[in-house]
Amino acid sequence: MAYDKFTLLRSTAVPLPTENVDTDQIIPARFLKATEREGFGDNLFRDWRYDVEGKPKKDFVLNDSTYSGKILVAGKNFGCGSSREHAVWAIYDYGFRCVVSSFFADIFKNNCLNIGVLPVTVSASFADRILSEVAKHPDTELEIDLAQQRITLLSTGEGETFDINAYKKGNMQHGFDDIDYLLNMASAIDTFAASR
Amino acid sequence: MEKKTLFDKIWDAHVVKSVPEGPDVFFIDKHFIHEVTSPVAFLNLEKRGIGVRYPHRTVATPDHNVPTVDQDQTIKDKLSRMQVEKLRENCAKYGIELHDLGSAHHGIVHVIGPELGVTQPGMTIVCGDSHTSTHGAFGAIAFGIGTSEVEMVLATQCIMQSKPKKMRISVEGKLGEGVTSKDIILYIISKISAAGATGYFVEYAGSAIQSLSMEARMTICNMSIEMGARGGLIAPDETTFAYLKGKTYAPSGEQWTTAVAHWRTLKTDEGATFDEELQFDARDIEPMITYGTNPGMGIKVNASIPTAEGMEGSNKSSYLKSLEYMGFSPGEAILGKAVDYVFVGSCTNGRIEDIRSVAQMVKGKKKASNITAWIVPGSREVEKQAHEEGLVAILEEAGFELRQPGCSACLAMNDDKIPAGKYAVSTSNRNFEGRQGPGARTMLASPLTVAAVAITGRITDPREIFGN
Ligand code: SF4
Repeated sequence: MAYDKFTLLRSTAVPLPTENVDTDQIIPARFLKATEREGFGDNLFRDWRYDVEGKPKKDFVLNDSTYSGKILVAGKNFGCGSSREHAVWAIYDYGFRCVVSSFFADIFKNNCLNIGVLPVTVSASFADRILSEVAKHPDTELEIDLAQQRITLLSTGEGETFDINAYKKGNMQHGFDDIDYLLNMASAIDTFAASR
Repeated sequence: MEKKTLFDKIWDAHVVKSVPEGPDVFFIDKHFIHEVTSPVAFLNLEKRGIGVRYPHRTVATPDHNVPTVDQDQTIKDKLSRMQVEKLRENCAKYGIELHDLGSAHHGIVHVIGPELGVTQPGMTIVCGDSHTSTHGAFGAIAFGIGTSEVEMVLATQCIMQSKPKKMRISVEGKLGEGVTSKDIILYIISKISAAGATGYFVEYAGSAIQSLSMEARMTICNMSIEMGARGGLIAPDETTFAYLKGKTYAPSGEQWTTAVAHWRTLKTDEGATFDEELQFDARDIEPMITYGTNPGMGIKVNASIPTAEGMEGSNKSSYLKSLEYMGFSPGEAILGKAVDYVFVGSCTNGRIEDIRSVAQMVKGKKKASNITAWIVPGSREVEKQAHEEGLVAILEEAGFELRQPGCSACLAMNDDKIPAGKYAVSTSNRNFEGRQGPGARTMLASPLTVAAVAITGRITDPREIFGN
């Protein structure tokens, strides 16, 4: 489905420095039973966020009102494990539009780009800088400028450029998805398919 | 002539178009779907007002969510039932082949694909499931995709993919007694970490790999994703052809001869280059077990849990958090720890060969009284064969509970959950927090090790049980 355009995002951030966060943590399997895409945000990080009785766990960052915003700053190897796109739906549905990490798992990154959540890969040292700055000053804003492919810590002016391939960038900027592209070349695909 | 890897040969043959500064439009030969990651894709097709372009290239089965008891009855859990019913509806509406609950070829999608001979060398195969990498054992490019991509494949039989980098992992030499392909892959992941192959597609090679059966090769390719790789593949050879011959969808007669002649060309050219090459010696590999909450946290079953020495920052805190979840301390031995559950099943080790090896180990013995032992065959075909070979009788005699095919406790979407705080030694592929149920503590191991644990009730080196 076509999604929201992404051009420039300026927002505070939520820090989650844990490494190797897998998609089973982002959205546990037992919440994958829906046949529609909406509503997964309520169960984002379910077992880290709530105890067995369903009460919020105080020490988990999403339950800490100090932190908020549309950017999730995550630890290394974020999104490893299952291919469930539900993980990204949950992140999106909760209100995040961008995830920053020094290292993303492949399928997760693809899934993000396919539904309009921007994955921004930064150097390990800059990831640490952002995490410590946000921890110290929760009102610190980050700016993500997709056109310039630049991420900036607005409080200090520190920043980095990030990679994204030109095609995916265009899609994000215009809110297009791959199916639009593929449907437009249906006859070329038919010819190819016939040769197999 | 340009030297190509096996991966290059298959990839390049499936590129419909290369988008400048973008991904390739990549053609998919076979598409597997199941009840959990497909409903939203079908829903979106409907919203767009389009249908399924090549229905005969998609094969469906309900596996993730299904109960493993009373499969002939209506599914009790309402949400699960709705997903399975949606799958049935969608398959009927678009003319997609469905191997439904109770039918002769129902089972875990990555078990039935090869069993039916749908999976063949040289193909491109995708499924909305990361363990699609399993099919790479046949010399196919197979990988998991998200639901948006499931939608793309249904709509156009293509997805947009950038070509990954290439890695070759060679394992040379002869495996020791009691060492299985599960130990090979757990060993490799423990060496290179759960993110060690991210961005790569792996070719497994070397004499130790070539000596393996198809089932054992599937176990290895299955877990490629657990080191971050998009997928893994093994060049097809006589073992592959022998496995496929006579399978329902395998070519036959003259077409078989032509196919095999083509399949023989599917190997990496001498001198072709990889972005990364790793070598391991089979003699260094021993029975493995995981002690933490990602598959890279594995050790030899007779070794100690690593200490946090030399770690710092979020690396250290993530490590300690993981051990705390497992209830283990850095530096302690894992051998002898009490266990509550054993699970034999999943697309990693739920095939007939796995059930045979467990049965062989437990024959004439009884499971320990503290153990609940579940065996869940990967498919109806596996179940049938296990009955015919007398394996079920042996297992039941030993106190194992046989359930009906499905993903079951591998991801605990149905009722097969390990209770919070309990320890399970499992033949599946993921030991993530809560993977086998909220609070469950999972240790991954080979079917042989799991069988040994079932008998003793504790973490045991399977080589100690041999011959007794
Ligand atoms: S058995 Fe486990 S890993 Fe395999 S497809 Fe099912 S849930 Fe996924």
